[in-house]
Amino acid sequence: MSSLVATLRCVVMRDLTLAMRRRADVLATLFFFVIVVSLFPLGVGPEMATLRIIGPGVVWVAALLASMLALERMFAADYGDGTLEQMLITPQPLAVLVLGKALAHWLVSGLPLVLMAPLLGIQYGLPAQGLWILMLSLLLGTPVLSLVGAIGAALTLGVRGGGVLVSLLVLPLTIPVLIFGAGAVDASLSGLGAQAHLSLLGAFLLGALILAPWATSAALRISME
Amino acid sequence: MANTAVLDVSNLECVRGDRRLFAGISFSVKPGELLHVQGPNGSGKTSLLRMICGLVLPVQGDIFWGGESIRGLREDYFKEMTYLGHLSGIKEDLTALENLDILSRLAGGDATEDAVVAALGQMGLAGREDLPAKVLSQGQKRRVALARLVLCRTRLWILDEPFTALDVAAIAVVQALLSQHLHNGGMIILTTHQDLGVLSEVSPAGAVQRLQLNS
Repeated sequence: MSSLVATLRCVVMRDLTLAMRRRADVLATLFFFVIVVSLFPLGVGPEMATLRIIGPGVVWVAALLASMLALERMFAADYGDGTLEQMLITPQPLAVLVLGKALAHWLVSGLPLVLMAPLLGIQYGLPAQGLWILMLSLLLGTPVLSLVGAIGAALTLGVRGGGVLVSLLVLPLTIPVLIFGAGAVDASLSGLGAQAHLSLLGAFLLGALILAPWATSAALRISME
Repeated sequence: MANTAVLDVSNLECVRGDRRLFAGISFSVKPGELLHVQGPNGSGKTSLLRMICGLVLPVQGDIFWGGESIRGLREDYFKEMTYLGHLSGIKEDLTALENLDILSRLAGGDATEDAVVAALGQMGLAGREDLPAKVLSQGQKRRVALARLVLCRTRLWILDEPFTALDVAAIAVVQALLSQHLHNGGMIILTTHQDLGVLSEVSPAGAVQRLQLNS
């Protein structure tokens, strides 16, 4: 067990170190998120009532697209220089390595979105209560995007135009997360309480944590043949 | 366990695209033996090595380690094997030290930082441990990859063109490593386009098997 934790740590630290040495890639994703979210109030107009209705949905869709942008990089670089090949033949369970990579991916491209969301939510006139729920829903939902996205990224390894393909594969799978993520904020603002939505997001997260690493491992073995 | 550590390959067939690269390949490698896979470009040498690693599934035939199919053994087999492909598995953004440390830790090794530094020193990279791999030359990157062989405790080494891009001094170091490994009862399967003198120095006892693949 401790060796599994050590392996997980090793992979996460490795990917975080790599991300820190390629900061431009990380920042590009974050700026994309900020800009997409900020464009809507400019385009739709400063009508507070309208903005408040579309706010949660816009933030969630932007988070979804930003996480798709970063997905392509999850395995492609490792595939190109042969380190992925080496990971496939280590004595460590591949699912643990994959979980580590997905976790690092979330820390780099998901967690910053969660932290920035309240700031962007202010542009939409969301009240404090709504901002908290937005953050919480993103905190539960964005790891699901990384985990499910890993399956798509693994399946499209080495395929030409993999970036577009991975979005086509993964985006439909993330629709439930989008619905309940944005729905949580709406429900809380309309006084229904976000409990049910957040519970479902938590369930998605648990399901993805258990199933996605195995599916991704299988996909990687197929792609590496 | 020591006497069961034998690699048996039986009736292997490889198809790439719609072309059959080879079929009916059978051999076995015993402790202290070296197998040199020969053949022209495109004859399936790399495919064969990747099959023996478990990266590619054979269309037909099977690979056995100590009598058990490697498909069933999986991680238990990977514990005994080190593969060095023609991609070095080196991350350009990490330093030589970080690269080697991560590779050896993922391979289940518990090498200390001193051991990793010593391994790099043995490959002639002393003083370059903290340089990012992207500033190293092709040959130096290859040396970082080969330094894994110093650290690993596996019994089966599968090496795809281990001597490419190396200078004479580095080739001598690798030869010494390989010969030491055979001496300790290890097994090696490799491909190389270097002249055969390189291998006769590795294993003068004539424990070199040859396998010829035709295109």
